[in-house]
Amino acid sequence: MNKGIAITGMGIISSIGNTVEENFDALKSVSHGISRIEMLKTRHSEEIMVGEIKKTNNDLEKVLGLKPLHTFSRTAMIGTIAAKEALQNAQISDVNEYRTGFVSGTSVGGMDTTEKYYLEYAEREENRRFIQAQHAGFTTLSISNYLGINGYVSTISTACSSAANAIMLGARMIQAGKIDRMVVGGTDALSKFTINGFGTLMILSDAECTPFDDNRKGLNLGEAAAYLVLESDAIVKKENKKVLGRVAGWANANDAYHQTASSSDGEGAYLAMRKALKVADMTAKNIDYVNAHGTATPNNDLSEGVAMTRIFGEENTPVFSSTKAFTGHTLAAAGSVEAVYSLLSLRENLIFPNLNFKTKMKEFSLVPQTELVAKEVNTILSNSFGFGGNCSTLIFTK
Amino acid sequence: MAELREELKEKLIEQLSLEDVEVSEIGDNDPLFGDGLGLDSIDALELIVLLEKDYGIKLKDPKEGKAIFESISVMADYISKHRTK
Amino acid sequence: MSDCFINGIASISAQPTTDPDTFLEDIISHKEAIFRSHDPNYKEYIKPAAMRRMSKSVKMGVTTASMALNNSGVEMPDAIITGTGMGCKQDSEKFLENILNNDEQFLTPTLFIQSTHNTVGGQVALGLGCKAYNVTYVQGAASFETSVMDAQLMLSEESEINILVGGIDEIAKNSTLLHKLDGQIKEDDIDVIKLLDSDTPGTVASEGATFMVLGAETDKSLAKVINVETISEGTPLEIKASIEKFILNQGLSVEDIDAVVLGNNGDVGYDNYYNNLQSSIFSDKEQLCYKHLIGDFHVASSFGFWIGCKIFETNQVPAILKVNDISAKKYNNILLYNQYLGKNHSIALLQRC
Repeated sequence: MNKGIAITGMGIISSIGNTVEENFDALKSVSHGISRIEMLKTRHSEEIMVGEIKKTNNDLEKVLGLKPLHTFSRTAMIGTIAAKEALQNAQISDVNEYRTGFVSGTSVGGMDTTEKYYLEYAEREENRRFIQAQHAGFTTLSISNYLGINGYVSTISTACSSAANAIMLGARMIQAGKIDRMVVGGTDALSKFTINGFGTLMILSDAECTPFDDNRKGLNLGEAAAYLVLESDAIVKKENKKVLGRVAGWANANDAYHQTASSSDGEGAYLAMRKALKVADMTAKNIDYVNAHGTATPNNDLSEGVAMTRIFGEENTPVFSSTKAFTGHTLAAAGSVEAVYSLLSLRENLIFPNLNFKTKMKEFSLVPQTELVAKEVNTILSNSFGFGGNCSTLIFTK
Repeated sequence: MAELREELKEKLIEQLSLEDVEVSEIGDNDPLFGDGLGLDSIDALELIVLLEKDYGIKLKDPKEGKAIFESISVMADYISKHRTK
Repeated sequence: MSDCFINGIASISAQPTTDPDTFLEDIISHKEAIFRSHDPNYKEYIKPAAMRRMSKSVKMGVTTASMALNNSGVEMPDAIITGTGMGCKQDSEKFLENILNNDEQFLTPTLFIQSTHNTVGGQVALGLGCKAYNVTYVQGAASFETSVMDAQLMLSEESEINILVGGIDEIAKNSTLLHKLDGQIKEDDIDVIKLLDSDTPGTVASEGATFMVLGAETDKSLAKVINVETISEGTPLEIKASIEKFILNQGLSVEDIDAVVLGNNGDVGYDNYYNNLQSSIFSDKEQLCYKHLIGDFHVASSFGFWIGCKIFETNQVPAILKVNDISAKKYNNILLYNQYLGKNHSIALLQRC
């Protein structure tokens, strides 16, 4: 088995909690974060359910101690909160003690501020500082500046697999000895842009989402940010660091089937899982639990389910669940949100349930784990898929 | 009805950016999806919006579109029966 | 570090740059602060059915990708990596305006689907039927370079592969105008050829795409990518020190550099990053600039890679690129440096192969 890259810190903010431990408490007590939307004004507020962080932008500014006239979008603020927690969790006080990089995934970047001010930029000068803040790369620089990281900084935007790809890049760069330490993950705030965008695809559910259920009606959007700290074994040894888990396998493949829809044979997902197992030097039998992408859209869950049966065999698929019914689909952040949940699973030997499941899908016999259950977990496979045929798989070990 | 069919053909070309297609090339009974005009699932979603915006017909489930968008004739029939504007 | 060679390259820019047999011989003189690319006939490269939903950046990207692959003799790449500063801005902007102007009603999916940053990468994969690794980097002016860095890393993991790497950015009507409002683009129109002599803030904006095929050395190799580095922020002095260190890290000294390709964009606020180098460590180097020809946009620096390859191929430098009187005796090592608004600095070293 590939020993993998050490994870020494994690941080998260989502609709089920503002810290890693708050998220853990909610998962453990099976208390989801899906509600009506309150922080963002949209005419669709009565038609959709979302995983929203119940903090206003003012609340977030206070948490971070931002000065007036700052250029942080909501996406940048929640990203900073989570990344800061990850560094603290890894007990890093001087970020520049080692060669440290930052890779963040985001889909819409600062769209939440853009859509607020776009129509008034011409008349009003005061908000023009947010014109640049729309760009995904600007969001990332806002966070890296706050953290004091100014070497290698990059943004990955592959829709809903962005954070998974960021984690993968960090692991690869450390493995190649290009860098000593990487803060990796993703952030996306709710915006009218994404609400209406997914609305046009008619894949938003008007009720709490039901991953892998035969009667699933679509997804709940969510907002979140989550980051991991990856460190080289040399640092871990030298500083005698506590290791939370390891990224042992990773892969990215393209479905090359359709711009947004997944193929019915789940080819991209299948290739990503197969390659990740190869990188981890494992077989499908080694996997104790699968944290599925499971968005609860008719198309995703079918395609992913078929891909799982191809990898594991329909009768031998390990225990699996989608945690999207807790948080909603947090888009670019989903891969790192679920990485944090995977690390909590490894730490606690608990499987977090797939909420709202009632009826087995017609197409196969797969049934997700629907109750919180204690089980020894040593290896977890986590999937994240996105528009553009992007399919990514990560494997985490103890 | 013939008028509505012509109108639909023009709207289809415009809304779906079928730049190389002429109104005269679309037969009233040609299948719009698959082997016919070659439209896909994204086009189906575009047509659902067209129904709502121009004819006041709101479909809840994208699956309903499949039968309605079979051909220009079928679409025109459906619209004339259900239109609210 | 394994070897990383450029085995094919193609670029669409505001100049006629798609004919592989010419090197900036006919120059278009642009007179506005915002100007479009000089387009090839996209219909020769893209089927009409595929083209109907494509915005400018997708057309530019798919076309240059296909040209670069052709150029390299590679049919199916083993990875597709794209970089873009703003993504598919045109469709993104239209979708946003429809949301705001129609109070979130009557929206259609095509614009949204086309608005994601990875649209071009996805479309290139879809067109080729390429199921391999596919990632998009969005890091302002360093978007293209971070993509090249990933490709280089990948070649160090697995040497016998071919990687398609590209950068794409397009002008969008209103969003580009916003950059005038916040001072990124010059207030008044300008004779763009004279951009580098300007003494006003802001630059000129345009659009373009460059794709390269990177892999092990072949008989088609145009240049060797020695290394690429990005620095998110730094002062002119820190950047100078980083460039010196970068050159040393490649086992070379400043003397070994024959020519430098710089991203000067006529912005009095930030060209000092370049001037500081031009008057010190690069004072005795042949200095070349290009943004007075193709304008500035987040992946404009990819044009520097195209220039480097052309110089190795032709052993000539068009006079229009030269900004000082020094001519190199030979062109073996060409260093590229770029930044935008003091952020997203990139350094790259190309070597003749």
